Amino acid sequence: MLLQALAFYVFAAITVAAGAMVVVSRNPVYSVLFLILAFFNAAALFVLIGAEFIAMILVIVYVGAVAVLFLFVVMMLDINLTELREGFLKYFPVGALIGAVLFAEMLLGLGIVGAGSTTISGLNTQGAQVLATDNTRAIGRVLYTQYFYLFQVAGVVLLVAMIGAIVLTLRTRPGVRRQKVGDQINRTKEQTMTVVKVPTRGGV
Amino acid sequence: MTIGLAHYLTVASVLFTLGILGIFLNRKNVIVILMCVELMLLAVNINLVAFSVFQGNVVGQVFAMLVLTVAAAEAAIGLAILVVYFRNRGTIEVEDINAMKG
Repeated sequence: MLLQALAFYVFAAITVAAGAMVVVSRNPVYSVLFLILAFFNAAALFVLIGAEFIAMILVIVYVGAVAVLFLFVVMMLDINLTELREGFLKYFPVGALIGAVLFAEMLLGLGIVGAGSTTISGLNTQGAQVLATDNTRAIGRVLYTQYFYLFQVAGVVLLVAMIGAIVLTLRTRPGVRRQKVGDQINRTKEQTMTVVKVPTRGGV
Repeated sequence: MTIGLAHYLTVASVLFTLGILGIFLNRKNVIVILMCVELMLLAVNINLVAFSVFQGNVVGQVFAMLVLTVAAAEAAIGLAILVVYFRNRGTIEVEDINAMKG
C-alpha cells in the first residue's frame, strides 16, 4: 500500500510538472515533448488504479499519433519564436486570477463530494473496486453490445476528421510534371507514329 | 495511507487549471493553445476513469475512449487548419486571425 501511494505521488507530481512546463516552455518543440511526458505519466496513473486498457490506448493514440502530429507541425512551420512570446507577462495576472478561481471552485466541489452531502450510488471513495473480469474484457463486453452504435459513431467521427484534414491541406500546384499512367497506357500507334514514305535519294 | 478518489480528482483539477492558464498566457501561439486543450481533455479523462474505477462501473472508461477519439479528430482538424492558415498568411498569431470579422 505504501509503495502504491509512493508511486501515485511520483507519477502525479511528474504529470503536473510536465503540464506546467507545457504552458511555460519557451520553445513549442519542448512543449510537445513535455506533453508526451505528461501523457506517459497519466497512463501510469491509469495503470495504478487498474484501468490498463485506457492506459495503453492513451499511450498509443496520444503519444503515437497526436503528439507526433504536433511535433511534425511544429517543426514544419517556420515560426518566429520571440514574437510569439510577447504578451506572456501581460496576460499573466488575469490568467492566474481566473485559474485560481476555477481551481478553488473545483476543490470546493471535491470537498462537497468527499463530505458525503452528495452521494453517488456505489461510489467507494477510499479504495478502487475490483471488476469481476479483467479490464479489457469488461470494456469489450459493454462497448460491443450496449454502446455499439456509439462505437460506430466514433468511427464516423474519425473518418470525417481524416477526410477533412486531407481536403484542407491538399493543394494542386500548377507547373508540376506528374506521370499520367492512364495516358501512357492509352496511347495508340496511330496517335504517336506517322509512317513516312521516303523516296530514294530524296530525303524527308 | 491509501490512494482514494479525491487524490485522482485533485490531480485532474490541477491539470485542467493548468490548461486554462496556458490558454490565457499563450495568446499568440495557436499550437500551444491546442496543446493546452489536449491537456484539459486529459484531465477530463482522468476524472472519467477515476470515477469509473472507484464506482466499479466500466461505462466511464468506454466514455473516456470516446473522448479520446474526439480529441484525436480535433487535433487533426485543428492542425490542418493551422497549416492552411500558415500557408496563406505566413504567421500563426492568434490576434491576426480576424479576417472574417465583419
